[in-house]
Amino acid sequence: MAILQIREAINQAIAEEMDRDPGVFIMGEEVAQYNGAYKVTQGLWKKYGDKRVIDTPITEAGFAGIGIGAAMAGIGVRPIVEMMTWNFAILAFDQIINHAAKARYMSAGQFKVPIVFRGPNGPAHMLGAQHSQALESMMAHVPGLIVMTPSTPYDAKGMLKSAIRDDNPVIFMESELMYGQKGEVPDGEYLIPVGKGDIKREGTDVTIIAWTKMVAVALKAAAELEKEGISAEVLDPRTLRPLDEELIIASVKKTNRAVIVEDSWPFASVGTEIAHRIHTIAFDHLDAPVEKINGADVPMPYAENLEHEAMPSPEKVIAAVKRVLYR
Amino acid sequence: MATKMLMPKLSDTMEEGIILKWRKKEGESVKAGEVIADIQSDKADMEQEAYDSGVLLKIFPKEGEGVKVGAPLVIIGKAGEDVTALLSDAPAKAAAPAAAPSAPAASPAPSPAQAPGTRVKASPLAKRIAEENAIDIAAIAGSGPLGRVVKRDVESRLGGAVPSAAPSAAVTASAAPREVPLSMMRKTIAKRLLESKTTIPHFYLTAEVSMKKAMEFRASLNNGGDVKISFNDLVVKAAATALRQNPKANSSFGGDRIIEHGRVDVSIAVAVDEGLITPVLRNADRKGLAQISAETKELAAKARDGKLKPEEFTNGTFTVSNLGMYDVESFAAIINPPEGAILAVGSIRAVPVVENGQVTAGHTMKVTLSCDHRVIDGAVGAQFLQSFKRILENPALLAL
Repeated sequence: MAILQIREAINQAIAEEMDRDPGVFIMGEEVAQYNGAYKVTQGLWKKYGDKRVIDTPITEAGFAGIGIGAAMAGIGVRPIVEMMTWNFAILAFDQIINHAAKARYMSAGQFKVPIVFRGPNGPAHMLGAQHSQALESMMAHVPGLIVMTPSTPYDAKGMLKSAIRDDNPVIFMESELMYGQKGEVPDGEYLIPVGKGDIKREGTDVTIIAWTKMVAVALKAAAELEKEGISAEVLDPRTLRPLDEELIIASVKKTNRAVIVEDSWPFASVGTEIAHRIHTIAFDHLDAPVEKINGADVPMPYAENLEHEAMPSPEKVIAAVKRVLYR
Repeated sequence: MATKMLMPKLSDTMEEGIILKWRKKEGESVKAGEVIADIQSDKADMEQEAYDSGVLLKIFPKEGEGVKVGAPLVIIGKAGEDVTALLSDAPAKAAAPAAAPSAPAASPAPSPAQAPGTRVKASPLAKRIAEENAIDIAAIAGSGPLGRVVKRDVESRLGGAVPSAAPSAAVTASAAPREVPLSMMRKTIAKRLLESKTTIPHFYLTAEVSMKKAMEFRASLNNGGDVKISFNDLVVKAAATALRQNPKANSSFGGDRIIEHGRVDVSIAVAVDEGLITPVLRNADRKGLAQISAETKELAAKARDGKLKPEEFTNGTFTVSNLGMYDVESFAAIINPPEGAILAVGSIRAVPVVENGQVTAGHTMKVTLSCDHRVIDGAVGAQFLQSFKRILENPALLAL
């Protein structure tokens, strides 16, 4: 089994799907000749040429709209639109929310929108308030969109291949700090279906729910907690919309306690929705209110010390776990 | 991170505990699970273990001091850690008796058992476990924030129900009235028995058992050997066997269902200085007389020494209360909730009996079964008594 970086796993997924289906193409800022701002599209332009690997101007709303139009045309194309980061994709939210998410519904199914918008999401390191935003909650808010957030090279490849093959618009959110993260990726083809979460670590005392970069924070907390005799289960929903409710509820029924860890702001977040569902569906199984650890409810500070304080950390997760365990 | 350890609720009726002895000093390191103190609850003297590992940074109460459930005992953390934030919460010491109720404390010290009529704060899981086990959650004091009853509180109670059944000894009148403050155990007895007698529809069935063969049987068992089987042992064994044969009599009322226990765990009322307590003989139906005798002796000794652990005096399914040794002919006992029945055993008396149409000298014992009519109907109780009587009148059946 190969050990790949997440950027390589994503690159493989794109290349395999381009080989499999001549309708798959990718466009975005610097994806072709420069091999991608984060080198995710390394070598693709050379291999597939100008028609299938397309450099765009710095016009997020424009090329998002072109992609949506191409997907809707019903001519068998499946665009992948790379956003250099999701901070920049905010310019394209009208296209994504008002067009990609709505076309299938408003045309009574006559138009399908098989498109993937992908790129890094969430704070990285000292990029300032405008470039340090975790926006998955905004995307997951919108009916008509699928939102996927991989946390390992294995997941990234299998999930992106499913995203490309899906006939609905998929928001695929990666992490700048994770592109270099390595992990095992099997050689043959495999798919990870939309809407299927994964238990990253088994445990019995508390369920820690986290995705993308926060999975590592949760696992670190779980390892520390183990030293104190607390067995934490780490659950990665992988797809945020539709949510793998079955997996989450089964885990909470087992552990009776849940802590949600997310990069994003706390107000009306994906974690808010997960907490609500746990409280509603598993109410009689809860021994404590569900806890949520979020990024601080402020624009991200640039100062390194304040930035660190504003982000979820294993220490904050450990404290929350102890609160739900009344320890 | 330093954590404050609070006085735990060591029995379901405990409101405060007395620190008998500190096994550790401030500054010593402790491991989670290590005994740090001996604490006297309203039921027993118990060893208290540390919940966390670390250094004992602060010990709040002195030896001999009474501490309310939920008030701080110790702070455990890393050596040299700043614990001023944890110190600021005023340690709620036990109020002096007869003190006026103090203003509600601002600190979130758990309230002991919740007052009637107030909303019970409990986690949904705790409520569900309590309901499934027919436990009144209002009677449990919570250890969570603001006195919330959480899973561990119900589970520690699932050690079980508690006390008492048989009537207390008669008060002898003295010249001048003397006022005796209620002990913890007395309060518990008062509360639980009042609750039982006023909320459970009791009815009573009395049967007279010929003890002729049982006396011969006992004499032959005790003839020369090391074992000394008491009549009480025979009664417990016969009751346990009869319960196994009549599972409906071994049941509890569970609000919206009846719980047939299956296991036969016989509580035995034991008089102690302050009142009485009911240690439980587990699986009495599956134990031989010698074992029943030995275990009962051990439990009774522990009860008198205040050494019973909660799991040893809770969660029985049926109680036997025997006042035969006081020459009581018969009496009716109060059910020990959530059990469904209690057997009150009188003395063995030499009486004329009619045998084959002839009046002859015989020995009989009267027993009275008190039943919770919500669970046990007259016929079910009567069938249990029939089985019980048949066994004691043909003690060879105990060998089966």
